[in-house]
Amino acid sequence: MDAVTLARLQFAFTIGFHFLFAPLSIGLSVMLVLAERRYYKSGLETDKRASAFWLKLFIATVAIGVATGVPMEFSFGANWSNYSRFVGDVFGFPLAAEGLLAFFLESTFAGVLIFARKRVSKGVYYASAWLVMIGAHLSALWILIANSWQQTPAGFKIVAGRARLDSVWAAIINHSTVGRVLHTVFASWTIGAFFAAAVCAYYILKGRHLDFAHRALPTALAIGLVSTVMMPLIGDVQARDIITYQPAKLAAIEGVFESGADQPANLIGWVDEGGKKVTGLKFPGGLSLLVGGNTSTPVTGLDEFPRRDWPPVQTVFQSYHLMVSLGMLLILVALIGIYYAWRRRLAYHRWYLYLLLPVAVLPWIATESGWITAEVGRQPWVVYGLMRTSQGASPSVSASQIALTLALFVLIYALLFVAYVWVMAGIIKKGPGRVPVAAEGAVAAQRAVASQGAGGIGEATDEGVGT
Amino acid sequence: MSLQLVWFGLIGLIMAIYAATDGYDLGVGVLYPFLARTDEERGVLRQSIGPVWDGNEVWLLVLGGALFGTFPLAYAIALSAFYLVIMLVLFGLILRAVSLEFRSHSSGGQARLWDAAFFVGSFLPALLFGVAVGNVVRGIKLGPGTGGQPGDFVGSFSSLLNPYALLVGLTGLAAFVSIGASWAAFKTEGALQERAARARSWAQAVLVVLLVLTTVYTALDSATKTQLSDGLSRAMGWVGVALLVAGLGYGRWAMVAKKDGEAFVGAMTTIFGLMAIGEAGLYPDLVRSLDAGAQAVTIHNASSSHLTLTVMLVFALVALPVVIAYQVYVQRIFSGRVGLEDVEY
Repeated sequence: MDAVTLARLQFAFTIGFHFLFAPLSIGLSVMLVLAERRYYKSGLETDKRASAFWLKLFIATVAIGVATGVPMEFSFGANWSNYSRFVGDVFGFPLAAEGLLAFFLESTFAGVLIFARKRVSKGVYYASAWLVMIGAHLSALWILIANSWQQTPAGFKIVAGRARLDSVWAAIINHSTVGRVLHTVFASWTIGAFFAAAVCAYYILKGRHLDFAHRALPTALAIGLVSTVMMPLIGDVQARDIITYQPAKLAAIEGVFESGADQPANLIGWVDEGGKKVTGLKFPGGLSLLVGGNTSTPVTGLDEFPRRDWPPVQTVFQSYHLMVSLGMLLILVALIGIYYAWRRRLAYHRWYLYLLLPVAVLPWIATESGWITAEVGRQPWVVYGLMRTSQGASPSVSASQIALTLALFVLIYALLFVAYVWVMAGIIKKGPGRVPVAAEGAVAAQRAVASQGAGGIGEATDEGVGT
Repeated sequence: MSLQLVWFGLIGLIMAIYAATDGYDLGVGVLYPFLARTDEERGVLRQSIGPVWDGNEVWLLVLGGALFGTFPLAYAIALSAFYLVIMLVLFGLILRAVSLEFRSHSSGGQARLWDAAFFVGSFLPALLFGVAVGNVVRGIKLGPGTGGQPGDFVGSFSSLLNPYALLVGLTGLAAFVSIGASWAAFKTEGALQERAARARSWAQAVLVVLLVLTTVYTALDSATKTQLSDGLSRAMGWVGVALLVAGLGYGRWAMVAKKDGEAFVGAMTTIFGLMAIGEAGLYPDLVRSLDAGAQAVTIHNASSSHLTLTVMLVFALVALPVVIAYQVYVQRIFSGRVGLEDVEY
C-alpha cells in the first residue's frame, strides 16, 4: 500500500475510534448535570450517589476520549504536513481555541468533580458539573468549526499556494457550521441517552437500584426522543447546504448519476457504480421534493463531474441510508418508551426493557455512519474543491513508518477498548450503590419533605412501580 | 516589535508552562515505581497529581494548536520530521492517560499492568521531548523548499538519535524528574516524603552535571556553536541564565532548609530558565537546518498572515488570563499534603 492510503487508513481508524467515546462523554455530561442538579436541590444521599455514578461512567469515557484525542491534534502535522502548510493560516486557530476554551475547562473542573466533593461547597460542585458539560460541548463546537471549513471553505484567499485568512467570521461561522454542530451534539445526546436508558433497563430487569433506574429512565428516553427527532430536521437544513456547496456529495448520497428533475429518494438500495444505476426501494420524486419542495426540482448528478472527482458512491450511499434507517428506528423506540413512561407502565413491559439493551449500540452505528457519509462524501478532497487528499500527505514520512505506527495504534487501541468495556461493565455492575435499608424507606418521606421545601421538584418519580 | 516576535515569545511561554506543569506530573510518573513501596503509597502519588495532570497536559494541546495556527510551516515540518519520535510520545501519553483512570478500577495483576503503563507512558515523553528539542537546536537535514518556503526533512530516523540530541533528552528527563521529586516531596508525608526529598537532591545534582555537559557540548560542536544573534536574544539568554542559576540555588537552599514548597518553586524556576535559554539560542529560527545550503524554518518564513496572528493574539490575551485564574483557583482547592487516609480514587 502506498503512503497516502496508509495515512488515510490511520486517520480514519484513529479518529473513528476517538469518535466512539467523545460523543458518549458529551451525552453523559448532560446526565451528570441533571443528576447533580437534583442533588443540589434535594441534598439526599441517594441523589448524591446517582450523580457520583454518572460521574464515574463519564470520567472513564473522558479518560479514553482524551487519550485518543491527543494524537489527533498532532496527526495533521505528522501525517498530513502538506495539508497543514496549506491550511494552517485558517485551520490552526480553531484547534488552539479548542484547547484554550474547551479542554482546559473540562479537565480542570473534572478534577474538582472527581477529587473535591468534600473540599468544595455544593454550589461550587454543581457549578463545576456545568462547566465540565459546557467544556465538553465547546470542544465539539471548535473541532466542528475546523471540520466545516474543510467541507465548505470560506473567508480566505489563495496566496502563494496557501490558504490565507481573509474574513474571520466567514471562516469560523461558515454556512455549514451551525447545522453540523447541532447535528453532532444531538447525535452525542442520542448516544448518551440510549446508553443511559440501557443501564436503567438492565437494573429494572435485574430488580436492582430501582429507585435510581425508574427516575433516570424517563429522563434518558425524553432526551433520546428530542435528540432523535431534531436530527432529521437539522439534516434537512444541512442537505440544502450540501446541494449548493457539495453537489457531488449529495449525488453520491442518493446515487444520482444523471442530472435532472424528478429524482427519487431511496429507502434502501444497492449502487452499481459501473452501470451507473441504483437498484432499490424508491420513493419517486422524493429527493427533488426534499431539496426543492416539489418533484420538478432539478438535482445535479455525478455526470456533471469528471470521474476522478467522484466520492466512493457505494460507501457514501450505504452509510447515509444506514444512518437514516437507524435514526427512524430510534425515534420509534424512544416514542414507545415515552408512551409507557407517561402511562407509568415501563416496568411492566419487560420486552421493551430487553429491547433497550441491544438498541444502545445503534446510536453509535448511526453516528459513525453519518460521519462516514460526511467525510467519505468529501473525497477526493481534503479541502473541498481546493486540495485533493492525495496532495495533503507528508512527503518526508515513508509508507513503512506509517504502517508501523498504524499497527501500534491498532494494538494499543484494541487493548484500550477491552479495558474500557471491562471498567464500564464493572462500574455498571457495582451501580450507584444502596442506601442502607433503614434509610431506604425514609428516602420517600425525605423526598416528599425536600420537594415541598424546594417547591415541588421531587414530583413525577416512579415510586413504587415494579417494587 | 513584530507580531512574529510576539508569537515566538508567547509560544515559548506556553512551552515553558507546559514543561513546568506537565513536567512535574511526568516526573512523578517516572519516579512512581521507585518512590512508592506499597499500594497505599502508589495511591498517594497518583492522587497527588490526579486532579491536575489532565489540565496540565492541555498546555501541550494549546501549544500544538497555537504552533499550527501561527507558524504552520514549523508545525508541518517539525512534526513530520520527528514522525516516529512524536508517535512514541503520543503512545506514551495515551497509555498514561488511561492507566491513571483504569488503575483506580482494578487490583492485583491488572493494577500492576496499569502501574507499568503509567511509568512507561511518563518515561517516553519525559525523555523524547528533550530529544526533539536537541534536534531542533542542533539542526536537521532539510531539503530545498519550493516558492521560497523552507523544505521538508530529508534525513533518516537514526540521524535524529545523535549524541547531542540524546544528551539534551537526558537533561530534559533529569529536569522533569527533579521537578517531579520536588512535587512529591511537597505533596506527601512520612517515609514516602523522605524518599522523595532524597530523590529531589539527587535529581538536581544529576541535572547540574548534565547541564554542564550540554553546555560544553553546545560550545564545542560545530553544528551547535551559534552566536546569540542580536541584542534581544542575548538579553533573553541572560534572563534565562539568571532564572536557571536562581532556581537551582534557591531550590538547593530550600532543600537544605526543608522548605518543600520553596524547593518546588526553585525547580519550576529552573525549568523556566532552561526554556528561556533554549528560546534565546534558537531565535529567530524555529527549526534549524543542518546544511548551510538549505534554509532554516524561521519565524518569518514559517508564519501565518498578519490577520491570523492578530486574531489569535487578541484571543490568547483574553483567554489565557481567565484560564490561568481558574487553574490557580482549582490548585488552591487541592493545596496541602496528600496523606494515606486521603486516597479515595
